[in-house]
Amino acid sequence: MKIVTICGAGIGSSGILKVNAERVLAKLDIEADVVAADIGSVRAVAEDAQVILTSAEFVDAIGPTFADVIVIVNHFDQQELAEKLERALG
Amino acid sequence: MTLPPLPDEAIVIGAAAADWRAAVRAAGAALTASGAAKPGYSDAMVRMIEEHGPYVVIAPGLALAHARPDDQVLDNGLAVVTLASPVSFGHPHNDPVSVVLGLAVESVGGHLESIADIANVFNDSTVIGALAAASTPDEVRSLMGVASTGEVA
Repeated sequence: MKIVTICGAGIGSSGILKVNAERVLAKLDIEADVVAADIGSVRAVAEDAQVILTSAEFVDAIGPTFADVIVIVNHFDQQELAEKLERALG
Repeated sequence: MTLPPLPDEAIVIGAAAADWRAAVRAAGAALTASGAAKPGYSDAMVRMIEEHGPYVVIAPGLALAHARPDDQVLDNGLAVVTLASPVSFGHPHNDPVSVVLGLAVESVGGHLESIADIANVFNDSTVIGALAAASTPDEVRSLMGVASTGEVA
Protein backbone atom coordinates (compact mmCIF):
# COMPACT_ATOMS: atom_id res chain seq x y z
CA MET A 1 0.00 0.00 0.00
CA LYS A 2 1.14 3.53 -0.69
CA ILE A 3 0.40 6.52 1.51
CA VAL A 4 1.38 10.05 0.48
CA THR A 5 1.73 12.98 2.89
CA ILE A 6 1.28 16.42 1.33
CA CYS A 7 2.30 19.93 2.39
CA GLY A 8 3.45 23.14 0.75
CA ALA A 9 7.15 22.40 0.38
CA GLY A 10 7.27 18.66 0.98
CA ILE A 11 9.63 19.27 3.90
CA GLY A 12 8.09 20.28 7.20
CA SER A 13 4.61 19.18 8.02
CA SER A 14 4.54 16.40 5.41
CA GLY A 15 7.80 15.11 6.90
CA ILE A 16 6.30 15.09 10.39
CA LEU A 17 3.22 13.30 9.04
CA LYS A 18 5.38 10.72 7.29
CA VAL A 19 7.42 9.96 10.40
CA ASN A 20 4.39 9.67 12.67
CA ALA A 21 2.31 7.74 10.12
CA GLU A 22 5.10 5.17 9.84
CA ARG A 23 5.15 4.80 13.63
CA VAL A 24 1.38 4.40 13.81
CA LEU A 25 1.30 1.91 10.91
CA ALA A 26 3.99 -0.18 12.60
CA LYS A 27 1.89 -0.27 15.78
CA LEU A 28 -1.20 -1.25 13.77
CA ASP A 29 0.87 -3.90 11.97
CA ILE A 30 0.03 -2.43 8.56
CA GLU A 31 2.66 -2.45 5.85
CA ALA A 32 2.79 0.66 3.73
CA ASP A 33 5.17 2.84 1.80
CA VAL A 34 4.84 6.41 3.09
CA VAL A 35 6.10 9.19 0.81
CA ALA A 36 6.28 12.93 1.66
CA ALA A 37 5.67 15.31 -1.24
CA ASP A 38 4.78 18.91 -2.00
CA ILE A 39 1.40 19.98 -3.30
CA GLY A 40 2.86 20.74 -6.74
CA SER A 41 3.77 17.10 -7.34
CA VAL A 42 0.66 15.53 -5.80
CA ARG A 43 -0.79 14.30 -9.09
CA ALA A 44 2.34 12.42 -10.10
CA VAL A 45 3.24 11.10 -6.65
CA ALA A 46 -0.26 10.19 -5.44
CA GLU A 47 -1.49 8.60 -8.67
CA ASP A 48 -1.18 5.09 -7.22
CA ALA A 49 -1.72 5.99 -3.56
CA GLN A 50 -4.53 4.56 -1.42
CA VAL A 51 -4.38 7.30 1.18
CA ILE A 52 -3.32 10.95 1.19
CA LEU A 53 -2.57 12.52 4.59
CA THR A 54 -2.58 16.31 4.64
CA SER A 55 -3.74 19.54 6.28
CA ALA A 56 -7.18 21.04 5.60
CA GLU A 57 -5.58 23.84 3.52
CA PHE A 58 -4.55 21.43 0.74
CA VAL A 59 -7.77 19.45 0.20
CA ASP A 60 -9.08 21.70 -2.58
CA ALA A 61 -5.70 21.82 -4.32
CA ILE A 62 -5.39 18.02 -4.24
CA GLY A 63 -8.61 17.84 -6.24
CA PRO A 64 -10.29 14.69 -7.49
CA THR A 65 -8.41 11.51 -6.58
CA PHE A 66 -9.07 7.82 -6.07
CA ALA A 67 -7.20 7.97 -2.77
CA ASP A 68 -8.86 8.54 0.59
CA VAL A 69 -7.91 12.09 1.61
CA ILE A 70 -7.45 12.27 5.39
CA VAL A 71 -7.12 15.68 7.08
CA ILE A 72 -4.88 15.70 10.17
CA VAL A 73 -5.29 18.53 12.70
CA ASN A 74 -2.53 17.79 15.22
CA HIS A 75 0.45 16.30 13.40
CA PHE A 76 1.98 15.04 16.64
CA ASP A 77 -1.12 13.26 17.91
CA GLN A 78 -0.52 9.62 17.10
CA GLN A 79 -3.96 8.71 18.44
CA GLU A 80 -5.64 11.01 15.92
CA LEU A 81 -3.52 9.49 13.15
CA ALA A 82 -4.26 5.95 14.29
CA GLU A 83 -8.03 6.50 14.51
CA LYS A 84 -8.25 8.19 11.12
CA LEU A 85 -6.00 5.65 9.39
CA GLU A 86 -7.89 2.72 10.89
CA ARG A 87 -11.20 4.21 9.73
CA ALA A 88 -9.89 4.67 6.19
CA LEU A 89 -8.15 1.30 5.92
CA GLY A 90 -10.43 -0.85 8.08
CA MET B 1 20.77 13.34 17.80
CA THR B 2 20.47 14.78 14.34
CA LEU B 3 18.72 18.02 15.19
CA PRO B 4 20.81 21.02 14.20
CA PRO B 5 22.48 22.73 17.17
CA LEU B 6 20.64 25.52 18.96
CA PRO B 7 23.13 28.28 19.77
CA ASP B 8 21.87 31.21 21.85
CA GLU B 9 21.45 33.22 18.62
CA ALA B 10 18.89 30.68 17.38
CA ILE B 11 16.69 31.04 20.47
CA VAL B 12 14.46 34.03 21.13
CA ILE B 13 12.44 34.04 24.35
CA GLY B 14 9.39 36.24 24.76
CA ALA B 15 9.57 37.89 21.35
CA ALA B 16 7.13 40.74 20.81
CA ALA B 17 5.23 39.98 17.60
CA ALA B 18 2.11 41.89 16.61
CA ASP B 19 0.94 39.31 14.07
CA TRP B 20 1.89 36.00 12.44
CA ARG B 21 4.14 37.69 9.88
CA ALA B 22 6.19 39.30 12.65
CA ALA B 23 6.36 35.96 14.47
CA VAL B 24 7.64 34.18 11.36
CA ARG B 25 10.11 36.98 10.70
CA ALA B 26 11.44 36.64 14.26
CA ALA B 27 12.19 32.99 13.50
CA GLY B 28 13.84 34.05 10.22
CA ALA B 29 15.96 36.64 12.02
CA ALA B 30 17.09 33.96 14.50
CA LEU B 31 18.08 31.66 11.59
CA THR B 32 20.04 34.56 10.09
CA ALA B 33 21.69 35.36 13.44
CA SER B 34 22.81 31.75 13.84
CA GLY B 35 24.23 31.63 10.31
CA ALA B 36 21.69 29.18 8.83
CA ALA B 37 19.97 31.54 6.39
CA LYS B 38 20.22 34.86 4.60
CA PRO B 39 17.74 37.62 5.53
CA GLY B 40 15.62 36.84 2.45
CA TYR B 41 14.64 33.48 3.94
CA SER B 42 12.12 35.28 6.17
CA ASP B 43 10.30 36.54 3.07
CA ALA B 44 10.29 33.03 1.62
CA MET B 45 8.74 31.60 4.82
CA VAL B 46 6.05 34.32 4.87
CA ARG B 47 5.30 33.68 1.18
CA MET B 48 4.75 29.95 1.83
CA ILE B 49 1.97 30.82 4.29
CA GLU B 50 0.49 33.54 2.07
CA GLU B 51 0.39 31.03 -0.76
CA HIS B 52 -0.82 27.91 1.05
CA GLY B 53 -2.51 29.14 4.22
CA PRO B 54 -1.80 28.52 7.90
CA TYR B 55 -1.01 24.79 7.50
CA VAL B 56 2.36 25.35 9.23
CA VAL B 57 0.44 25.46 12.52
CA ILE B 58 0.82 21.71 12.87
CA ALA B 59 -0.25 21.34 16.50
CA PRO B 60 -2.09 23.46 19.07
CA GLY B 61 0.12 26.48 19.80
CA LEU B 62 2.99 25.48 17.49
CA ALA B 63 4.00 26.74 14.04
CA LEU B 64 6.74 25.05 12.00
CA ALA B 65 7.81 27.84 9.68
CA HIS B 66 10.00 26.95 6.72
CA ALA B 67 10.47 27.46 3.02
CA ARG B 68 12.01 25.36 0.27
CA PRO B 69 15.75 24.81 0.08
CA ASP B 70 17.13 27.65 -2.06
CA ASP B 71 19.99 30.12 -2.26
CA GLN B 72 18.75 31.83 0.92
CA VAL B 73 19.71 28.76 2.96
CA LEU B 74 23.32 28.66 4.15
CA ASP B 75 23.21 25.64 6.43
CA ASN B 76 20.73 23.23 7.99
CA GLY B 77 19.35 25.14 10.93
CA LEU B 78 16.64 25.30 13.52
CA ALA B 79 15.40 28.30 15.50
CA VAL B 80 13.01 28.42 18.44
CA VAL B 81 11.01 31.59 19.12
CA THR B 82 8.58 31.92 22.00
CA LEU B 83 6.11 34.79 21.85
CA ALA B 84 5.37 37.27 24.63
CA SER B 85 1.75 37.23 23.47
CA PRO B 86 0.37 34.41 21.32
CA VAL B 87 -0.68 35.38 17.79
CA SER B 88 -3.31 34.02 15.44
CA PHE B 89 -2.28 32.44 12.13
CA GLY B 90 -5.90 31.95 11.04
CA HIS B 91 -5.80 28.20 11.70
CA PRO B 92 -9.24 26.71 12.39
CA HIS B 93 -8.09 24.44 15.25
CA ASN B 94 -4.54 25.12 16.42
CA ASP B 95 -4.53 28.91 17.07
CA PRO B 96 -3.26 30.84 18.95
CA VAL B 97 0.44 30.17 18.41
CA SER B 98 2.92 30.70 21.23
CA VAL B 99 5.95 28.84 19.86
CA VAL B 100 7.39 29.26 16.36
CA LEU B 101 10.04 26.89 15.04
CA GLY B 102 12.06 28.11 12.08
CA LEU B 103 13.54 25.38 9.91
CA ALA B 104 16.08 25.79 7.13
CA VAL B 105 17.22 22.76 5.14
CA GLU B 106 19.87 22.63 2.44
CA SER B 107 18.25 19.82 0.48
CA VAL B 108 15.04 17.82 0.45
CA GLY B 109 15.66 14.30 1.66
CA GLY B 110 18.76 15.01 3.73
CA HIS B 111 16.67 16.39 6.54
CA LEU B 112 14.29 13.56 7.42
CA GLU B 113 16.32 12.48 10.45
CA SER B 114 15.97 15.99 11.85
CA ILE B 115 12.25 15.89 11.16
CA ALA B 116 12.04 12.55 12.97
CA ASP B 117 13.80 14.13 15.94
CA ILE B 118 11.37 17.06 15.91
CA ALA B 119 8.57 14.50 15.98
CA ASN B 120 10.25 12.70 18.88
CA VAL B 121 10.36 15.93 20.87
CA PHE B 122 6.80 17.08 20.19
CA ASN B 123 5.06 13.71 20.36
CA ASP B 124 5.18 14.57 24.06
CA SER B 125 2.20 16.92 24.14
CA THR B 126 3.47 18.80 27.21
CA VAL B 127 6.53 20.17 25.41
CA ILE B 128 4.83 23.05 23.58
CA GLY B 129 3.52 24.54 26.82
CA ALA B 130 6.83 23.98 28.56
CA LEU B 131 8.70 25.72 25.73
CA ALA B 132 6.28 28.64 25.82
CA ALA B 133 7.01 28.99 29.54
CA ALA B 134 10.79 28.55 29.30
CA SER B 135 12.81 31.51 30.55
CA THR B 136 16.39 30.63 29.47
CA PRO B 137 18.04 29.25 26.31
CA ASP B 138 19.34 26.30 28.36
CA GLU B 139 15.79 25.39 29.30
CA VAL B 140 14.79 25.47 25.64
CA ARG B 141 17.77 23.31 24.64
CA SER B 142 17.00 20.83 27.38
CA LEU B 143 13.36 20.53 26.25
CA MET B 144 14.48 20.10 22.64
CA GLY B 145 17.15 17.61 23.67
CA VAL B 146 20.00 19.43 21.95
CA ALA B 147 23.21 21.23 22.91
CA SER B 148 24.31 24.70 21.85
CA THR B 149 27.16 23.35 19.75
CA GLY B 150 25.56 20.31 18.12
CA GLU B 151 26.86 17.81 20.67
CA VAL B 152 24.41 15.51 22.33
CA ALA B 153 22.86 17.23 25.32
